[in-house]
Amino acid sequence: MSLQTRAARTPARTPSPGGRPGGARRGLLGPGVLAAALPDALRKLDPRTLWRNPVMLIVEVGAAWSTVLASARPSWFGWLAVGWLWLTVVFANLAEAVAEGRGRAQAETLRRAKRDMVARRLTGWRPGGPDPREETVPAPELRQGDHVVVEAGETVPADGDVVEGIASVDESAITGESAPVIRESGGDRSAVTGGTRVLSDRIVVEVTQRPGESFIDRMISLVEGSNRQRTPNEIALNILLAALTIIFVLAVATLQPMAIYSMGADPGVPGGLALDSGGITGIVLVSLLVCLIPTTIGALLSAIGIAGMDRLVQRNVLAMSGRAVEAAGDVDTLLLDKTGTITLGDRQAAAFLPLGGVAERELADAAQLASLADETPEGRSVVVLAKRLHGLRERTPGELDGAEWVPFTARTRMSGVDLPGRRLRKGAASAVAAWARERGGDVPPGLGRAVEEISSSGGTPLVVGESGPAGTRVLGVIHLKDVVKQGMAERFAEMRAMGIRTVMITGDNPLTAKAIADEAGVDDFLAEATPEDKLALIKREQEGGRLVAMTGDGTNDAPALAQADVGVAMNTGTSAAKEAGNMVDLDSDPTKLIEIVGIGKQLLITRGALTTFSIANDIAKYFAIIPALFLTLFPGLDTLNVMRLHSPQSAILSAVVFNALVIVALIPLALRGVRYRPGGASALLSRNLAVYGLGGIVAPFIGIKLIDLFIQFLPGMS
Amino acid sequence: MSSTTAGVLFLGSLVLALVLTHRPLGDYMYRVYSGTRHTRVERWIYRLVGVRPDADQRWGVYARAVLAFSVVGVLFLYGFQRLQNRLLLSLGMDPVKPDQAWNTAVSFVTNTNWQSYSGESTMGHLVQMTGLAVQNFVSAAVGMAVAVALMRGFARRRTEGLGNFWVDLVRGTLRILLPIAFLGAVALVAGGVVQNLQDPADHTVTTVTGGSQTLPGGPVASQEAIKELGTNGGGFFNANSAHPFENPTSWTNWLEMLLILLIPFALTRTFGRMVRQPRQGYAIAAVMGLLALVSVALTMTLQAVHHGTVPTAVGAAAEGTEARFGVLDSAVFAAVTTLTSTGAVDSFHDSYTSLGGMMTMLNMLLGEVAPGGVGSGLYGMLVLAVITVFVAGLMVGRTPEYLGKKIGAREIKLASLYFLVMPALVLAGTGAAAATGHGRAGMLNSGPHGLSEVLYAFTSASNNNGSAFAGLTVNTVWYDTALGLCMAVGRFLPIVFVLALAGSLARQGHTPESDGTLPTHRPQFVGMVAGVTVVLVALTFLPVLALGPLAEGVH
Repeated sequence: MSLQTRAARTPARTPSPGGRPGGARRGLLGPGVLAAALPDALRKLDPRTLWRNPVMLIVEVGAAWSTVLASARPSWFGWLAVGWLWLTVVFANLAEAVAEGRGRAQAETLRRAKRDMVARRLTGWRPGGPDPREETVPAPELRQGDHVVVEAGETVPADGDVVEGIASVDESAITGESAPVIRESGGDRSAVTGGTRVLSDRIVVEVTQRPGESFIDRMISLVEGSNRQRTPNEIALNILLAALTIIFVLAVATLQPMAIYSMGADPGVPGGLALDSGGITGIVLVSLLVCLIPTTIGALLSAIGIAGMDRLVQRNVLAMSGRAVEAAGDVDTLLLDKTGTITLGDRQAAAFLPLGGVAERELADAAQLASLADETPEGRSVVVLAKRLHGLRERTPGELDGAEWVPFTARTRMSGVDLPGRRLRKGAASAVAAWARERGGDVPPGLGRAVEEISSSGGTPLVVGESGPAGTRVLGVIHLKDVVKQGMAERFAEMRAMGIRTVMITGDNPLTAKAIADEAGVDDFLAEATPEDKLALIKREQEGGRLVAMTGDGTNDAPALAQADVGVAMNTGTSAAKEAGNMVDLDSDPTKLIEIVGIGKQLLITRGALTTFSIANDIAKYFAIIPALFLTLFPGLDTLNVMRLHSPQSAILSAVVFNALVIVALIPLALRGVRYRPGGASALLSRNLAVYGLGGIVAPFIGIKLIDLFIQFLPGMS
Repeated sequence: MSSTTAGVLFLGSLVLALVLTHRPLGDYMYRVYSGTRHTRVERWIYRLVGVRPDADQRWGVYARAVLAFSVVGVLFLYGFQRLQNRLLLSLGMDPVKPDQAWNTAVSFVTNTNWQSYSGESTMGHLVQMTGLAVQNFVSAAVGMAVAVALMRGFARRRTEGLGNFWVDLVRGTLRILLPIAFLGAVALVAGGVVQNLQDPADHTVTTVTGGSQTLPGGPVASQEAIKELGTNGGGFFNANSAHPFENPTSWTNWLEMLLILLIPFALTRTFGRMVRQPRQGYAIAAVMGLLALVSVALTMTLQAVHHGTVPTAVGAAAEGTEARFGVLDSAVFAAVTTLTSTGAVDSFHDSYTSLGGMMTMLNMLLGEVAPGGVGSGLYGMLVLAVITVFVAGLMVGRTPEYLGKKIGAREIKLASLYFLVMPALVLAGTGAAAATGHGRAGMLNSGPHGLSEVLYAFTSASNNNGSAFAGLTVNTVWYDTALGLCMAVGRFLPIVFVLALAGSLARQGHTPESDGTLPTHRPQFVGMVAGVTVVLVALTFLPVLALGPLAEGVH
């Protein structure tokens, strides 16, 4: 399945938001991709499709008119210019078609998952009620609130919540992740998605979607880019481009009477290619217009938008609207859940603190023995720490003769091992102290303080006790603490440079929260957070004019997800959460929020950079075309021909050809997005200005000159 | 002292004077427009006109007040000119003919002060004093009021109110323009500018050669001061500031330029104070100063260095300049007036070298923003800043914001409309003149220079500058009507868009600045705004310029 390969190509936890390592570049714009998109590009020549893009529509009208003129008075120059004018429109359509084409294959795969699904609908199902009647219906006939039963090997027919049973589900059709996940009734892991396959057991699912609005349906329309709504910023940019186009249309249209006047004032001048007594020839006038209006950005604007969505899809994030992607670039405040995002999900042993004259190695040895059978991450971490600090080999439970393992229970709050003549216990401070006292041992006076210190620093103390022939005693304390994920502090520093405030959300007490917040380097934290606190925090930030992004998975996150400007729901979460957010992360990786912000910024930067480039290009084009236009009338204007272009014909044609080719040349950039490195606004602007502003001024001078060197050999160029 | 040293000193002292006045005057204007107390005279005026001075106006109401006030001004001024023969102090002048009266009325109400008439032979003293000079004050005050409304749009949060037009108008006139104009007039009188109510018929002198000559006088100094201070430029005499009674000496020439530049530059300080970030005001002042200095330097150079036979012989392009000012000071005056939408001239731009003449056109074609007319220059520059922020803001990866206001679709729509008006008028007007017999008939020269004359006229009218290239016969029905329309549309349509923009900005809340926000006070941004102004605005006209001054000037 192609989605699966896509996911494999793109590791979910890609560290840098901007540069995607490998993968994306492959097949971005090979000849094959272009050829496949060509039929679509030609179909888009239909003016009814093109009217959404006023800049390109004008080019098409100009090209059509030039065709008529060239047919009336054929010339080599005329037909060459007409050809390249049409190519300009085709190249623009090609950009959009290529961008759309990348999503189409994915949509096809998704459609296959959807096709021919049948459902086993239960009528009269009630929790714990009598056996309901079962009937087989086509999946599209399911309504909200229907109940269906799905058994091992069957496909879930619609989105819904598990209301009975537990099952392992293969969600690779949606997420590309082949490892099965557990779905069970109640709690935050109850949501199942239509099109996924149940691998084991039997579940009853309550349908939560309306027909035709399933997750897969939405995904299909998203990756296809069909009925793509233009985003607010795109609309604003389109307005500016339209205004620029109008100005240039006016400038070119009014040039005609002035040219006629100028020719009339000097009747001795013979008519030339560009200018005769009837004014500037139509094809030349169209060429001038097409070169001046912002065709580069006009041609690539929609491709940039589609590609932005596509970059999210490639990272396994589904944005429900383009607006959300744009908002991600604007985010001022990131709310991040501590667990799983900032810290590894589980606490880890960090130190052994021996008490009452016990050697640290002895404590470590006892702690390791007591943890050997403890398969929790905390237990494993104790074993690993003992090995790392004291070189204690990890013993397998089997090599200890006569060992009797004592599992952890909520009542005893201890676990441990009974060896011949020696009992070891590890657990909550009060529980182990009580156990020691019970057996006549003493509790060293330092225990209380050690436990206190660890707690106040945000850690969890585990006390280790030993009962042997020499009596019972408390050996010391294991310091468990939240381990901040590697590299998080640097990520947060980057965010700060971008002007984004990070706020850690945690259920811990303020003391613990502060310790972790300091270590991770977040700007602020919200401790003992309830869903209401979260919602209030978001509202407070928004009142100050800030945009807030957050992730969430539980049903109680839904109000906050809905309130946030960018709410990323985890795919493992409840349907309520998925419904409330405006993005869904199929990998359920809370860290991805940081990447999403990067993608949003990259989208806006790409638009701005190409707009700047497009406008800056005009300077060189003026220098190519203006002297060529009026050279016969005012020979002095040859001074402006700084590129020393071969002839007026070749100058005008070179500008048109450059204008068309630059669109194709920039398609990969539009699809990939401008390289984005997190950093302050000023540095970012300086860099982009240098590349796209200065580059935009210089590149066409070189490009037009090079093209001129070639086409001066074409017929009709002198 | 060589003429070059003198020219540089002249310019340097002017810049110094502007730097010294920038802050105190800007702060004073800030207090004028932000104060809540009304003087007795002001209260009396509000009662007389029937407005509630403390009512905050929404943008639409503010715009309607501007338009209503201006329409009344046009009608009044038109009637005044048509009936002047029946009024006092008419000096026996005939009524002004209808198309010229319309043109002049619009011209003075729009702060353009384009003159298709010759002052001393067309207008009586009463029309000059109570008609034209009054509009010199209030049309300037209107421009300042609109600029202040836009500043409030940036400064205010979540409100519909932009202030009260009538209050802004009255305060601008009474507290800012009147006192400074008074001081200016006194200084000019001291410099030799005339101020009397004499009938020119009574003032005949015998010349050195024994002939007799009538010397027209009049209330010149009082009008001259506001003519410059309000960036108006309508001369009492046809020769404008080249006339010795309007501008007798080199130092009055200097003073007139200072008066022209005083308010447009100081308003940037007012802006900085209004938005509570003085450095933002300095950035805007820097853009204006940068463009102005480059333009002045270029104009001076192009006038001084020319390869024609006569200029080479006399050292510079002296034709059309007054010997008491010299070529360089005249070039500075030409650049300063064309950069500020002031119609005054102290030399004849038509006689400039073709590229020097092109500079005066380019100055206007920048949209009169460096520093531009009183008020209009600031709001024009702020609109350009909005467009710059939009493109540059995208490049830092955020929805663009300027001074905490998001620049979204509505803001860009209004800014784009604003910036469409002027090129549309200039290009359509020049094109129409080149295409029609009426238009061509007015040209003195044929070929590129004739086109330059027409282009200059439409540029001057559409940008509300008012200066003339000379050479073009504009006192025809066609030109009076067409240029009158350009002046009216070129003034009021942008004002409506600016006020709508102000309204839209004021409604927004405030987005706090962060490290991710595009900083708009650094040299980087100053350079960008200047670049956008040159590339987007000036380059649009390159094809037209190629047929006019460029065709003449490039060899």
